[in-house]
Amino acid sequence: MAESTMKPPKIAIDPVAWMRQNLFSSWYNSLLTVFVGYLVITSAGPLFTWLFFEATFLGDKPSDCSGTGACWLFISERLNFFIYGFFPQEHQWRVDFMFGLMALSFVPQFIERFPGRKWFGLFGLTGLPVVGYFMIPGGWFGLEVVESTKWGGLMLTLILAYIGIIASLPIGILLALGRRSEMPIIRGLCVVFIEVWRAVPLITVLFMASVMLPLFLPEGVNFEKLMRALIGITLWQSAYMAEVIRGGLQAIPRGQYEAADALGLGYWKKTGLIILPQALKMVIPGIVNTFISLFKDTTLVLIIGLFDILGTVQSTVTDPAWQNVAIEGYVFVAFCFWVFCFGISRYSQNLERKLDTGHKT
Amino acid sequence: MGNNMSEESQATEQRTPVPSQAEGKSDIIRVEGMHKWYGDFHVLQDLNLTVKQGERIVICGPSGSGKSTFIRCINRLEEHQQGKIIVDNIELTDDVRHIDTVRREVGMVFQHFNLFPHLTVLENCCLSPIWVRKTPRKEAEADAMEYLKRVKIPDQANKYPGQLSGGQQQRVAIARALCMKPKIMLFDEPTSALDPEMIKEVLDVMIELAGSGMTMLCVTHEMGFAKTVADRVIFMDGGEIVEEAPPHEFFTNPQEPRTQSFLKQILQH
Ligand SMILES: Nc1ncnc2c1ncn2[C@@H]1O[C@H](COP(=O)(O)OP(=O)(O)OP(=O)(O)O)[C@@H](O)[C@H]1O
Ligand SMILES: [Mg+2]
Repeated sequence: MAESTMKPPKIAIDPVAWMRQNLFSSWYNSLLTVFVGYLVITSAGPLFTWLFFEATFLGDKPSDCSGTGACWLFISERLNFFIYGFFPQEHQWRVDFMFGLMALSFVPQFIERFPGRKWFGLFGLTGLPVVGYFMIPGGWFGLEVVESTKWGGLMLTLILAYIGIIASLPIGILLALGRRSEMPIIRGLCVVFIEVWRAVPLITVLFMASVMLPLFLPEGVNFEKLMRALIGITLWQSAYMAEVIRGGLQAIPRGQYEAADALGLGYWKKTGLIILPQALKMVIPGIVNTFISLFKDTTLVLIIGLFDILGTVQSTVTDPAWQNVAIEGYVFVAFCFWVFCFGISRYSQNLERKLDTGHKT
Repeated sequence: MGNNMSEESQATEQRTPVPSQAEGKSDIIRVEGMHKWYGDFHVLQDLNLTVKQGERIVICGPSGSGKSTFIRCINRLEEHQQGKIIVDNIELTDDVRHIDTVRREVGMVFQHFNLFPHLTVLENCCLSPIWVRKTPRKEAEADAMEYLKRVKIPDQANKYPGQLSGGQQQRVAIARALCMKPKIMLFDEPTSALDPEMIKEVLDVMIELAGSGMTMLCVTHEMGFAKTVADRVIFMDGGEIVEEAPPHEFFTNPQEPRTQSFLKQILQH
C-alpha cells in the first residue's frame, strides 16, 4: 500500500461566521444570547469590583482594610495558619519540601512533551507517600517529631485527600474483583463489606473511627486520631470505588475473557493485562468523580476536631480583630478547592484522550 | 448464520485441493463418548472423534447444533461433564495445570476476532509469548513480525485493532494465535462476521496454513474452503455427529437424510 502524502484540508474558523452559526442562528437564539449577555455583564461588574478593583491587597493590619471591596489582607496575614495549621514554624520547610515534591510529580503530567513524565507520575503515586511518611511526622534521621494534632490547614486537607485517593483505588479494585469472583466466600465477604460501608454516611464513619474504635481496640493499641480518620475515609471510599470499577468490569465483552483464556493467560495475567486496563479506562470519569467528591468530603473531619483548610478558616473568621471577613475566608477556601478539583478533572480528560485507541466495542 | 453462504463459498470455489498432511501421523486429539449439558439442556450427545496430526477437519451444521460448543470444549473454554477429551496426550479435567498446558498448544480464532483493543497489533501478538511462554521481548517481536508477514499485514503492526478493517483484524487474530506456536488451531466461523470481499483474504491465509501441516478444526459454512482443504467434513445436528466423510464423498453422496436436506438448503442459493 503506497502511503499518500496528501493532508486533509484545514478548515479556517471565521469569528463572524462562528457567531452567526452558534449565537444568532435563530430569533430565539439571538434573544437568549442578548439576555444571557446582559446578565453576565451586570453581575460580573460588581463581582469584579468587590474581588479586585475596590479590594485591599496591601497592608498588614485589619485597619488597613478601608475600601468597600474584599479585605484580602485577612488571607495574606493568616495564610501561614491556613496552610500549615499549628505546624511549628521552624519545621514548616518539611511541609514545603513535600509540596515541592508533589508539584514536581504532578505538574509535568499537564505538559505533553515533558521528558520522562510517566516516571514523575509513578513517583507521585508510590514514592511520594513514603517520603511524606518520614518527612511530615518526623522522628527519623534527626527530624524532630511533630504530632499529628498540630497538623492542619491545606496541608491536612491534601494529606487526607491524597492518602484516601491512592489507598482506596487498589482496595477498590480488589473489592470489585472479589465481588465478581467465583469463590462464594470471597464474593460474600466483598459484598458485605461494600454494602455496609457504602450505606453509612461519612460523618458516621468519622465519628465511629474517632469515638468508638478506641473502645473496641485491645488495651495498649492506640492509633492517633488522624490515623483513625484516614483508615475510616479510605475504607469508606474504597467501597464506592469498588462499585465504580465493577461497572467497568461488567462492560468488558465476554470475548475478551475468552481470548485471554484461549491464549493461556492465567487469572491474574488476564485480569492485569487485559481486563483491568480496559475497565479502568472506561470508568475514568466515574473514578475522577469519586476522587473529587472525596476531596471535598474531607472537610467533614472538622466534626472530629481536625482542622483542615475549612476548619482553620472557619476558626479565624470569628476573630474579633478582623471585622466581617467571613466572605473573604470562604471565597478563599472555595478557590483552593476549585484549583485542585479542576486540576484533577483536567488531568483526567487528558488521560482519557491519550488512552483512546479508537475502539468501539 | 448461513444466510450469505452462496456468495461466501464462491471465494474458494475454484481451487485445487491442498494435499493431505496427515499420512501415517499419530493421533493428536481424541474425543471419546463426550457429553455436555447446559443445565438440563443436553447440548452435546456422545461425541466421538479422533484427529491425526496435520489433519484438517471442517465442522458444519445448522445453527444451534452445538458446533461452537464442541470446539470450545477442546481448549476447555467450555467444560464437558462426561466422557474423555485427550489433547496431545493430556486429558482435560478440572486440573488447572492440564488446562494451561493444553491451551498453550491450542490456538483459537473467534468469529468476532476478540482482539485486545487497548494494545497494538504487535502487542496483541507478543502478549502471550512474553507472559506465558516467557519468550524474551525482542525475540517475541521478531517472531510476531514474521507471522504478520505471513498473514500479509506487517505494515499494520503499530496500529490499534480499532483502526483496521474486519478482514485485517481477523488476520491479526490468526497471527496472534500462531505466535504461541500451537500444534492445533481451532476456528469458530472465522469468516461469518466479514463482508464478502474480506472473506477471501482470510481464507487464503487459512489455506496457506493448511498447506504447512497445521492440525486444524474449523467450524465454517464455506463449502469451497471445505472442498479445498478438508481431510474430513463433519456434519452436526441436534448435538450429535450425524455424518463424517471426506469432502468429495460428503458433497456428492451424503448418506443421512439430515445431511442431504442441509446440503440441499445451503447449495440451493
Ligand atoms: N451458555 C449457554 N447456556 C445455555 N445454552 C447455551 C449456551 N451456549 C449455547 N447454548 C445453546 O446450546 C446450543 C448449541 O449452541 P452453539 O453455540 O454450540 O451452536 P452452533 O452450532 O455454534 O450455532 P451457530 O451456527 O449459530 O453458531 C444452542 O441451542 C444454544 O442455544
Ligand atoms: Mg457457533
